[in-house]
Amino acid sequence: MNSRVADRIATSVFVAIAIVIVSVLVGLFSYILFNGVSHISLDFLTNPSSNVRAGGGIRDQLFNSFYILFITMIITVPLGVGGGIYMAEYAKPGRVTNTIRTCIEVLASLPSIVIGMFGLLMFVNLTGWGYSILGGALALTVFNLPVMVRVSEDALRSVPRDQKEASLALGITHWHTIKTILLPTAFPSILTGAILASGRVFGEAAALLFTSGLSTPRLDYANWNPFIENSPLNIFRPAETLAVHIWSVNTQGLVPDVEDIANGASAVLILSVLIFNLGARIIGGLIHRKFTASK
Amino acid sequence: MEKSSLPVRERLIKSNKTRLNGEVRGRVLVTLCAIIMISATIAITIFLSTKGLQSFIKNGVSPIEFLTSTNWNPTDPENPMYGALPFIFGSFAVTMLAALVAAPLGIGGAIFMTEIAPSWGKKILQPVIELLVGIPSVVYGFIGLTVLVPFIREHVGGLGFSLLSGTIVLAIMILPTVTTIATDAMATLPKSLREGSYALGATRWQTIRKVLVPAALPSLLTAVVLGMARAFGEALAVQMVIGNTRIIPESIIDPAGTLTTIITLNMGHTTYGSIENNTLWSMGLILLVMSFAFILLIRYLSSRRKI
Amino acid sequence: MNTSTLTRAAVLDREHASETSVPNKDLILQVKDLDIYYGEKRAVNTISMDIEKNSITALIGPSGCGKSTFLRSINRMNDLIPGARAKGEILYEGLNILGDNIDVVALRKEIGMVFQKPNPFPKSIYENIAHALKFAGIKNKSELEVLVEESLTKAALWDEVKDRLHKSALSLSGGQQQRLCIARTIAMKPSLMLLDEPSSALDPISNAKVEELIVELKKEYSILIVTHNMGQASRISDKTAFFLSGDLIEFDATEKIFTNPSVKKTEEYISGRFG
Repeated sequence: MNSRVADRIATSVFVAIAIVIVSVLVGLFSYILFNGVSHISLDFLTNPSSNVRAGGGIRDQLFNSFYILFITMIITVPLGVGGGIYMAEYAKPGRVTNTIRTCIEVLASLPSIVIGMFGLLMFVNLTGWGYSILGGALALTVFNLPVMVRVSEDALRSVPRDQKEASLALGITHWHTIKTILLPTAFPSILTGAILASGRVFGEAAALLFTSGLSTPRLDYANWNPFIENSPLNIFRPAETLAVHIWSVNTQGLVPDVEDIANGASAVLILSVLIFNLGARIIGGLIHRKFTASK
Repeated sequence: MEKSSLPVRERLIKSNKTRLNGEVRGRVLVTLCAIIMISATIAITIFLSTKGLQSFIKNGVSPIEFLTSTNWNPTDPENPMYGALPFIFGSFAVTMLAALVAAPLGIGGAIFMTEIAPSWGKKILQPVIELLVGIPSVVYGFIGLTVLVPFIREHVGGLGFSLLSGTIVLAIMILPTVTTIATDAMATLPKSLREGSYALGATRWQTIRKVLVPAALPSLLTAVVLGMARAFGEALAVQMVIGNTRIIPESIIDPAGTLTTIITLNMGHTTYGSIENNTLWSMGLILLVMSFAFILLIRYLSSRRKI
Repeated sequence: MNTSTLTRAAVLDREHASETSVPNKDLILQVKDLDIYYGEKRAVNTISMDIEKNSITALIGPSGCGKSTFLRSINRMNDLIPGARAKGEILYEGLNILGDNIDVVALRKEIGMVFQKPNPFPKSIYENIAHALKFAGIKNKSELEVLVEESLTKAALWDEVKDRLHKSALSLSGGQQQRLCIARTIAMKPSLMLLDEPSSALDPISNAKVEELIVELKKEYSILIVTHNMGQASRISDKTAFFLSGDLIEFDATEKIFTNPSVKKTEEYISGRFG
């Protein structure tokens, strides 16, 4: 075949592939938003879900999703930033550092269902907590930690070296330099990374199936004491999140308006993830501009 | 901050004084974080392995039967069978097939971004890829359930719940991974490769086919393997569309089951400590081992890139 | 190959070399047989030299000859580079500062460094100077303000910035930023200042201002300056050391080096035959 003809055919194939990829995305998004947004109403968001009747809402699941995200981040961010500081500033090339990197790699590639199983073993059975928010948050921490460590390490490494040298040359200790020069400069990147990671955590379900469970006790939203059983803030209670709810509603299949609920819930999920992504971008841009605008 | 009149020895020699405390405290804190990561990995490995081996050690299930028999019937009161091969087969099959679909699409997308439309291709496809990554897996599963399954049932055949549905859903899910890494692979090829080929009068397709792809091959393979690793471990999306049977499918439109799907479905229904439950943990152990295997494979491929 | 020319005082000192010897009151730094290695590679080959107090010593030589490496070993900044190690002695006021028992953080307060590319912190002008002072224990606000003004005045920057102390340091021009970095270092009241090509990244006018400043600073501080600019070296320094490939080729009064050097290689470098 003429090489020119071959070249033209090849080019059209590649363009076709690109078109396919874009259409897949556009199709998916349109489907969800089209079908789902119509179901999002204030009622939907504030009504409790139902296991058997139509018209259930996602109030508890929505709250649970945000609350578990919050608890997860409280645990993951300090741990992740600390690990990132260690890798960027203290780790010397050698076997120990390689071991840590391998551990990070392993944790990052574990399927989330395996993490869920570990969570079941450790945070549900061994500790005796049963299904709990804390158990779910700890499982999600395992899931999220490698990302936060990598984000923090990269952010710290990209601080220009001469900043660090300037500080040390003035007789400031290493740790103080990290606290007062490196971390503040790396903060925007770390924040952006954390917000993006939040988006992933928000949509995670497999790790939560066996740790925070498939049900939520009847919650008393007037009671904000975290030590009371029915309080929404109690971290030792089971909590079905939005993502898990979508799965269970489709698999248990008892409610007649399954599709409506799942559509609505999916739309809420996707919109939340979108907001997280957009938020990360905007905040990152704002802070960056604030830094360099003072030039 | 006046320089004291102390002799130089006293000023500059280390003492047990205060400064070390802040330094030491910080160092201890972050080292603790590093230790936690190592401990978590070790804990996961040990706990899951121990629990996963229970069915063999404590309950006497034969590993050989587990890995090779296609007969899965743990609830039979007379003669319980624990052959997990259907699920092992299902996992591998759906992974390979998904990779088969995602690889050309992903690599093609990468080539589109770096060779065909280098100036604007990335600007369009990159955000698209990022958005695809952001879609949670349950949503993929749900759409697969409501759109793909009926479609296949009407236009291709079978129940709709099938290996094919699982393949397509997984392929779309791993597409971003494959594309991103493949794009990096193509983008980091030295310019001189392209320039040299064009200077010899080759067309763009010839350059891609004969020069660029072979040069990027180890990295492209890494991209595909990473996609496969992700596919192998995916649970909920696959579970919603694949049919969840216990036998090896005979054709691509037959329903199937994977390790992840059977775990997802049965973990909640079986009693903790029972034999059937223990065999589910053994399947989890297989998943863990496969994760390690994928990591080793990727490391091997990366080391070959250096040639 | 060590053909450095030594001053008489340094010769005497060498004969009495030991850590417990009475330090020569005129010398702030005595370098004895210093080798610096990066891993297996030797970057500085057994050099010795003595630096007098309140003098400006210029280190000249082509790129990669070891001048900056040597400079960075004096305030132990080489510690930051994995695999870097030094053999020999650097006596600061008689104390060998290469030892493991040295508090490097305290050392760097007495031996300050200004870098080639101005590197102010992304903070306000005031904070740039106050930051290290606060760490050193000065918390009193009025004391800080006095010290900030003092340093900026000494760095010939006060008049230009006194009305915008709380604006970002990054809003200053390159030359101003470098003078800020010098002010920052001065604020710690060091005895010895190490300047690593401080004006090579600046325009000629800023360069001239910085040179003027350095000559002024000689009254209070001892200065070692690495420079590529031979004109600069001949203009401002009292003594000049010529480095080549890690060796100290010649070390003598600046006037002698530039008009009548003893070693042929020095003469070739000065007259631009290589470098």
